[in-house]
Amino acid sequence: MYVKQISVFIENSPGKLADFTRLLGDNGIDLVSLSIADTTNFGILRGIVADYEKAVQIIESAGYTVCLTDVLAVTVPDKPGGLADILLLLSENEIAIEYLYSFVRNKGSNALIVFRVADIDKAQDILRAHHVNFLSQEEICNV
Amino acid sequence: MKMWNPEIEMMSRDEMAALQLPRLQWSVKHAYDNVPMYREKMKAAGIKPEDIRSLSDIQYIPLTSKHDLREQYPFKLVAVPMKDIVRIHASSGTTGQPITGCYTKEDLDMWSECLARLIVAGGGSNEDIVQISFGYSLFTGAFGLHAGWEKVGGAIIPISSGNTERQINIMRDFGATALVATPSYALYMAEVAEKMGQIDKLKLRIGLFGAEASTEEMRAELERRWGIIATENYGLTEVSGPGVAGECLHKCGMHINEDHFYCEIVDPETGKPLPLGEQGEMVITTLSKVGQPAIRYRTRDITRLLVEPCACGRKRIRMEKVKGRSDDMLIIRGVNVFPSQIESVLVGMEGIGPNYEIVVTNKGYMDYIEVKVEINDARLLERYGELENLQSRIRGALKTTLSIDCKVTLVSPNTLKRFEGKAKRVTDLREKK
Repeated sequence: MYVKQISVFIENSPGKLADFTRLLGDNGIDLVSLSIADTTNFGILRGIVADYEKAVQIIESAGYTVCLTDVLAVTVPDKPGGLADILLLLSENEIAIEYLYSFVRNKGSNALIVFRVADIDKAQDILRAHHVNFLSQEEICNV
Repeated sequence: MKMWNPEIEMMSRDEMAALQLPRLQWSVKHAYDNVPMYREKMKAAGIKPEDIRSLSDIQYIPLTSKHDLREQYPFKLVAVPMKDIVRIHASSGTTGQPITGCYTKEDLDMWSECLARLIVAGGGSNEDIVQISFGYSLFTGAFGLHAGWEKVGGAIIPISSGNTERQINIMRDFGATALVATPSYALYMAEVAEKMGQIDKLKLRIGLFGAEASTEEMRAELERRWGIIATENYGLTEVSGPGVAGECLHKCGMHINEDHFYCEIVDPETGKPLPLGEQGEMVITTLSKVGQPAIRYRTRDITRLLVEPCACGRKRIRMEKVKGRSDDMLIIRGVNVFPSQIESVLVGMEGIGPNYEIVVTNKGYMDYIEVKVEINDARLLERYGELENLQSRIRGALKTTLSIDCKVTLVSPNTLKRFEGKAKRVTDLREKK
């Protein structure tokens, strides 16, 4: 059960991120989760939205470079060590994590982790075998 | 290979020299007798028209600079009564006072003859439907090519520049087969045609590009995107406009219309003539221009003249693609950099688009150069490292070519400036010391 993530190239200059989020807002697109990595001159915004096909179309026609990537989204108990257990499973199986980010929507319950790995099928099988709970696009967007 | 005027284009080098000498003598005398500026300069150098006994004697005549011409604004270079002038053009004047170009009826005939030759050399014929996307204005480009195509017999669409989506619709509806534009505008038009999903529906087969210096890489990009054969032509308002030289389909340098323009290469520092084949600044003398002759005009264009025979059969000397105007050259930390060198690195590189901007700044005595390019491959966003790799790959390639370190900035697609006429890609923000 993969989740589609959008990645957008954002120039690192004042107002660019505001412009982009305004574009989503004006088109009624809710960014459910968000992560931004940046250098001094550019950044990549990664996020999950409900209707990613519509979002890509809107973002592209506004002139941004955008790509869709398959990622895994899992729930992790929101307590110390919750994430470590999952990461250990992956590292024991030699699956490298390219990046991950987390978000919490409801107070006190589970944290949600989105991550991108090199071998997504293998990662999914392993985590599933250990009864890690996966979320679908719809589930994420309705948390 | 088709030629417009085989007699002149295939004439032997000796016969050409024999044709040029009396024309040069006439032109020098015409300028001396009728244009005070040339007379005063020659008198000051102690030379008279009668002293020109061979073509090489031209080196004793003083050079003429852009500054000299500006001082004669608007009509002090005109060598005939104003009633004989039938057309007035002017340079854009972006770098100062514009320079005017005045033409008699004979001058217009000569001009269109020169253009007809390069149009046919570039593959044009009376079968073509020609979209002229140069701005019709004081600028010589549009009217020059227009007259040349009329002579050749092409069906001209005088659409001018701008309103690019409409350009593409007209190109499709009228079935244009030839495009006349600056390389930078042709590139922008291709982007728009691609975006409109029309580029594969066009009948375009050739492009005649000019009015600005461009690189082989830019030509390859234009040929690939449009699916055409692209040739380049050369000229400048100061000596008449386009039509001084143009490429044939072998694309190995632009054949000069030597019966009307005498070209020399000089050392840009000293102004001394350089041996044939060496790179330097091109100096042009008009041989038949009546309304406004130009004697030893310094073009500031850096090039090389090639005499080796061309496979097309033409015997006219060729000039290499202009490396850049000597006043476009940037001196960065003491190193000479031509924007064309940067273009040759960037255009065609994977992951980025062909548009670019160069920004030069300084802090104290240190110069900094920043090159902005548009990323055009969304797959690079999968991994952060890919973008950093791209950035350092561009930086490395620039360093290899220029021997200096540039800051490379990646920007979003379609955010850099696009041009409808001559491109202006360099912004020099250095404080003058």
